[in-house]
Amino acid sequence: MPEGAPWLVALAGQQNAGKSTLFNMLTGLQQHIANYPGVTVDKKSGSYPADGQRYEVVDLPGCYSLAAFSLEERVARAFLLEDRPDVVVNVIDATNLRRSLPLTFQLLEMGFKVVIALNMMDAAERRGLEIDIAHLERRLCVPVIPVVGRKGKGEAELRAAIAKAATTDHVTPATLNYGALEEDVARFQGKLAAEPALQDVSARWLSVKLLESDSEAEALLGTRLPNPHGILDEVYTARKTFEKRHGLSSGDHVSYCRDRHAAAIIEASITDTKAGQVPVSERIDRVLLNRFAAPIFLMATVWAIYQLSIVQGYELTKVTWPFLAGFRNFAAGILPDAGFLTDPQIRSLGLWIVDSINTLLNYVPIFLILFALIAILEDSGYMARIAFILDRILHRFGLHGQSTLPFILAGVFAGGCAVPGVMATKGIPDARARLATILTVPFMNCMAKIPLYTLLINIYFPETKGLMLFYLSTITVVVAMLVAKLLTSSVLRNEETAPFVMELPSYHLPTIPGVLRRSFDRTWLYIKKVGTVVVAIAVVIYVLLQFPGVPAARQVAYHAEAEAAIAQFYEALEGNPHRLAVEDPARLIDLINVQSAYRAARLNAGGKEAVQAMDADLAEAHPDFVPFVLRGRDADAKAANQALRTLTNQRTTLRREMRSDRIEASFLGHIGRGLEPVTQFADFDWKINIALLASFAARESAVSTLGVLFDQDDGENRSLEDRMGAQQSSEGRTAVSAVALMLFFALYPPCLATVIMVRVQTASTGWMMFSIIFPTLLGLTVASAVYSGATALGLTGLQTMSTVWFAALGLLLVVALPKPWLPDLLAGRSREPAQ
Amino acid sequence: MMNRAFFQAMGLGRGRCRGDGKGRRKGYRCHEACCKGRDDTNLNDIAPGEACTICRLHGRGSVRQRLLDLGFQPGREVKMVRNAPLHDPIELQLGDSFIVLRRREAAHIEVTHA
Repeated sequence: MPEGAPWLVALAGQQNAGKSTLFNMLTGLQQHIANYPGVTVDKKSGSYPADGQRYEVVDLPGCYSLAAFSLEERVARAFLLEDRPDVVVNVIDATNLRRSLPLTFQLLEMGFKVVIALNMMDAAERRGLEIDIAHLERRLCVPVIPVVGRKGKGEAELRAAIAKAATTDHVTPATLNYGALEEDVARFQGKLAAEPALQDVSARWLSVKLLESDSEAEALLGTRLPNPHGILDEVYTARKTFEKRHGLSSGDHVSYCRDRHAAAIIEASITDTKAGQVPVSERIDRVLLNRFAAPIFLMATVWAIYQLSIVQGYELTKVTWPFLAGFRNFAAGILPDAGFLTDPQIRSLGLWIVDSINTLLNYVPIFLILFALIAILEDSGYMARIAFILDRILHRFGLHGQSTLPFILAGVFAGGCAVPGVMATKGIPDARARLATILTVPFMNCMAKIPLYTLLINIYFPETKGLMLFYLSTITVVVAMLVAKLLTSSVLRNEETAPFVMELPSYHLPTIPGVLRRSFDRTWLYIKKVGTVVVAIAVVIYVLLQFPGVPAARQVAYHAEAEAAIAQFYEALEGNPHRLAVEDPARLIDLINVQSAYRAARLNAGGKEAVQAMDADLAEAHPDFVPFVLRGRDADAKAANQALRTLTNQRTTLRREMRSDRIEASFLGHIGRGLEPVTQFADFDWKINIALLASFAARESAVSTLGVLFDQDDGENRSLEDRMGAQQSSEGRTAVSAVALMLFFALYPPCLATVIMVRVQTASTGWMMFSIIFPTLLGLTVASAVYSGATALGLTGLQTMSTVWFAALGLLLVVALPKPWLPDLLAGRSREPAQ
Repeated sequence: MMNRAFFQAMGLGRGRCRGDGKGRRKGYRCHEACCKGRDDTNLNDIAPGEACTICRLHGRGSVRQRLLDLGFQPGREVKMVRNAPLHDPIELQLGDSFIVLRRREAAHIEVTHA
């Protein structure tokens, strides 16, 4: 290796061995996450300098062995074979040596320079294991470094061992003898070593893999050799002969030899001083996993997460919101000034983008808390127990015990976000259950769905708010389960599944830096991935809503009205000494802008002193505007203030009317109208269609778009509830329409950010499209069926909702409960033709 | 027999699989003397708190490989620790590690009472 080129170091080990902790310890903050080519497995890499050399560290996916069965193991193996790391650090959980050593044997067999990092030595000590490190080193012929990753113990020794291993030429020979199979292994090893095309692969390792009938090894031979059939046939014969002679497949024998060898090494190097004692974790589990106590603890945990992150986090957003509002005011100040009726395009667009970003950033405190709590659950080891408790229920619907976390994140209890939910599906080992989880997580009630529910419930169900919210927050879970079942038994039927085989890790006390780091990392990932998308989509939606603009005839009318209002303003100021300040119409625009900036800043100001400071600033910057903006004492100032108020109120009304006209004439408006023939069965008019379309960018905007569309008449200051209620009822809409709308919104496709995350997590545009189209069709069908059905039967809104809820629950029970007659029925039917 | 295998593969079989030794794919005996006496019990028949010795593994492919990797090797002793609240999955102790399996996978592991 030339001087200066970095050494490549790979970290290999099992899932709970603490690889990530060691990786963080070695690389510090210099790391980045990418995907391995073509798959959705994370590739974490980083680097660190030592003695003028750089060490490039790659964290391989966790694997128990290097068989070709699981995706993680295939990825790890491909990396080892193709990138040929200079040093492989084998991270081993000291409390679980026996299960870890077989991987070590395979790494050694592959001919790598291996350094063993014996992690969690503190846990091993507590467990009463005395490990003879020197003896281990002698048996394995590699350096064994005891470390405690969580406390940073053994870091220097590990770095030194890596540096030493990188510079030595000596490659440890494999030490594992395969007993009865050894003769075959040696024979093929010799043959493979003679092949010039296979010089970069360890012949012994390949020989063993072939005897294990490993499909990838056979494929490797196929691509490297012009005619691999000779060797493959010989291997096949050798396998068959071995199986006949020993009553055992050669693969099982290899695995058995590794296990035995590991057991032999451990017997000689570990003394168990607490043999026979019940481990602490098991003692805790006797309580936490007790048949009757387990569900109670689980409910309490989930409730605590909900309380701390969603409820308390929401409180925290009240503290952080002023900063975001300040940011908006700041942007408003920088952008070109507003006009009287229409603003410069750049200003509207800029503010639109800032608003979109703010909606997103507003949730950051909630995410920080939520992710920290989730990290605590994961690090402590309780998350695995949750999967254990719930797997039976979730598996009924084609999901997996580990689907729990994504559902919690997405908001089982009304108030979460599907983006981190979809992100969290990464850990699910079963491809089918994972896809089903990704596609059903968006049905949960995210925080942005709540405002529309509250709006509609306040209008139509003021007496039964609680019950309606309960219905809505539970029906989404019911529907998600049903959809998961439907998908896994239809479109996902042929996806790969994996058995539920999981290790319950020992309980650990999470460390504060570890938890904070994970929480910040995940939140940052959310901001980064979602932020860019939301900005792009915000621009598209903006264009769709702004163009082609207000029709020319209406525009003329608005301008006339504006001029009349301005004339009225000057008339009111006739004879008023303050009129001088705004004699020039351009100054009038300035005045209006100064006033609106002042108002916005004042809304955001906390405390009397801040307001006084603002007043002083205003007096200094624009002394002649003070009588207009601030409430004055003398009659002239009062009149000036009053005149400006009247003018700005008229301006606001005009602008709102124009915006409504613009939306109606916009591209999105046309689409909304165009969809009416389809959506009429669910009783959605074009206004609701527009709101639903716009909410695809961000759910929050549904309510604000409705706010614009159900505009109020002059001077009236009624809430959106009143306006919408009055206008809707005059158009013959009832509570049943509201139920249809809420059901549609509950089943509505994920917002854009989620859709992008679906694309990232499934690595497939097809599934992304599916995640948009399927819920739309489902939502529309359900909403139409419910509306038409309930109208035909003459049900009230509450009766409709109750009927739908109980029907869904009934369906859920039919699907979930054991159906002992079903297999018999199916078996009977398929047996008939055979007879 | 074809039907049975087919429906088990489709996941339609009952969760609790009784080892009747018939219609199964070929399994492999272990080297140990423990398995000489034929006694068709699998891990599902072990009550919580009881221990047993693994005789052989049925099934193939990734399930089998994962079980072997986790240490479900013929001849090793396994302790059934507990059922999940809804009876499935089950928690087992194998040496120092605690492993969770669904009953469907547990049915692949043939054992004798220790």
